[in-house]
Amino acid sequence: MAEFYQHLLNTLVLGGTYALLGIGLTLIFGIMNVVNFTHGALYTVGAYLTYLAVAALGLNFFLALPAAILGGLVLGAAIELVLLRPLRGSDIDTTMLVMIGAGIVLQSGTLWLFGGVAKAIPTPFPEAPLQIGPVSVSWLRLFVLGAALTLIVLTYVLINRTRLGLAMRAAFQDHDTAALMGVNVRLIYTATFAIGSSLAAAAGALLGPVYVVFPQMGGMAELKAFAIVILGGLGNITGAAIGGFILALAEELGAGYISSGYRDAMGFLIIIAVLVFKPTGLFAKAERIG
Amino acid sequence: MTRKTLAPALTHALALSLVLASSTAYAQAIRIGVNEPLTGAFAASGTYVVNGAKIAADEINAKGGVLGRKIELVIEDNKSNPTEAAAVAEKLITSDKTPVLMGAWGSSLTLAVMPKLADYETAMLVETSSSGKITTSGNPYVFRISPPSSLEAETFAPMVAKLGLKKVDFLILNNDFGRGAAADFGTMLKGKGVAVGLVETMDQGAQDMSAQLSKLKASDSDTIMITSAVDQLVLIFKQMAALGLKKRVITTGGSQNPDQIIAQAGSAAEGTMHLTTFLPWFPEKTPNPQATAYFIGEWNNRGFQFAGVTESFRGYDGIRAIAQAIEKAGSAEPAAITKAFWSVDFTGLNGPIRFIKAGPAGKESGQSKPDVYLIEIRDGKVAVPTL
Repeated sequence: MAEFYQHLLNTLVLGGTYALLGIGLTLIFGIMNVVNFTHGALYTVGAYLTYLAVAALGLNFFLALPAAILGGLVLGAAIELVLLRPLRGSDIDTTMLVMIGAGIVLQSGTLWLFGGVAKAIPTPFPEAPLQIGPVSVSWLRLFVLGAALTLIVLTYVLINRTRLGLAMRAAFQDHDTAALMGVNVRLIYTATFAIGSSLAAAAGALLGPVYVVFPQMGGMAELKAFAIVILGGLGNITGAAIGGFILALAEELGAGYISSGYRDAMGFLIIIAVLVFKPTGLFAKAERIG
Repeated sequence: MTRKTLAPALTHALALSLVLASSTAYAQAIRIGVNEPLTGAFAASGTYVVNGAKIAADEINAKGGVLGRKIELVIEDNKSNPTEAAAVAEKLITSDKTPVLMGAWGSSLTLAVMPKLADYETAMLVETSSSGKITTSGNPYVFRISPPSSLEAETFAPMVAKLGLKKVDFLILNNDFGRGAAADFGTMLKGKGVAVGLVETMDQGAQDMSAQLSKLKASDSDTIMITSAVDQLVLIFKQMAALGLKKRVITTGGSQNPDQIIAQAGSAAEGTMHLTTFLPWFPEKTPNPQATAYFIGEWNNRGFQFAGVTESFRGYDGIRAIAQAIEKAGSAEPAAITKAFWSVDFTGLNGPIRFIKAGPAGKESGQSKPDVYLIEIRDGKVAVPTL
């Protein structure tokens, strides 16, 4: 039974960051109708920003996370202004291709700047784990879980309790009417893409110190983010949050009790099942965006 | 000469000089293809091997080269991906016209390259891969200086009783490297009366092994044998510490770079044991102390991290073996070099480099028999355990 509880605890920690990744992606898709293929690269950039801040600049570990989030926010806004704004109104395939290209540029950029050898980020947490009965968890992972949950709640509040969130929801429901009501829709798009990007960067900044940082780390993260978004229903934030935890649970239990060789396959098996039996996602009935 | 004729004449002269320049450059240097993972999951290891290879090439060229010509390394990145590794081999042989290759680090990468070697009848020196299949599948263009996992297991066999192993679980990469190790060590352990429990696998790029480790924590074995490369080992040791998993750990494969493990995993690596093929910490205990001292000195001069030498020495020895094969061949033709590999004979940094026949008769591959050592990380340093 101890093994089972350990798997559940691992799920919680992993699920928190998966949820962050999924929310960022689904937010951008839901509001802007853009499939963001730079999501994985932004995750990588977030991790490298943390590495730069902590290992190269010697910044406090806890300041590195806000720095990475800010970096993701700025980079996301730049991508929206330079690439997406001129393409507004063009078909979804064109934007998709441009985003794939931008993703490749970002990934190759990190490879060029930092080299292919993985980097480790030092943390101030003790190596000895926290022992809770039969299970144990590292302090770093507890911090990651706490930070991820905080960011999820903050995003929820931003969308449901602020004027910016109200404008985002209005633009999502009917962007012409929102514009007539005086909502600056162009600004909303930039803000949405920046926020979505900063969530990807935050996930990278949180998981970078747990694992190691290397230029291709975003590839699998991006695939998983897509899996989570499909699982939760496109554009559904609550669905993405829950989807993140479901994917983590499937991976943990799949690897623990079925076969560890197929750990990463578990998530994709779930997507196939969802697409076959409930193509709109598990939570499609919930109100989208918020 | 009028203006009209001047331009074509100049173009002609330029074209001619370009042809001459490229053909003289070609005649001067003997090109050696290097097919290594410089990005992807094995980037760290592949980069180390390439840096070791460069030291060998510079040393050989400083002494006048081979057959009176310089050697030139043509280095390509196989991206830790078998499909890319095969494509890189094809490019090196057909486009760069390299008469001999070194590569491709991982077993799955090397196995993917091997059909290309047969297609183009070009030999490859295998510097790192450990899967048994490489030298037993009847490819006469393969010459390996790294130990197959069966040889590692054989060297480890006398230590099994001394360490008091009772039951062993495996945590291995889900590829030819990992599965080959689990099979060879499993057979050896069962022969010694040691029980073999779980065999848990992980993908080469996997970063979270908590699920596998939680399962291993709950098993009743006393030892976990792990087969992977340094980056993943660092993660595994950290995650083991986080899960409070305290069992004896022995890693195989020779790509552990213990100093990098100590630096990145810290106290989580304390007490772990590693089967390695080079003892740079104790140059006096290596088979060729003088060469070891030169290599380590040169490595440090170039400002590389000391952690890399346990990996990079294979690139160094590999290029030295290739250079000797070219020398003995007396020409830079692929067929002559392939034949000459059989007469290569010198003391490398981890034992004699001399190829003996392995695999099916008539199509034998070459296998050298290097030394294998067991080391332990104790008090944040590398030590040789007294057994």
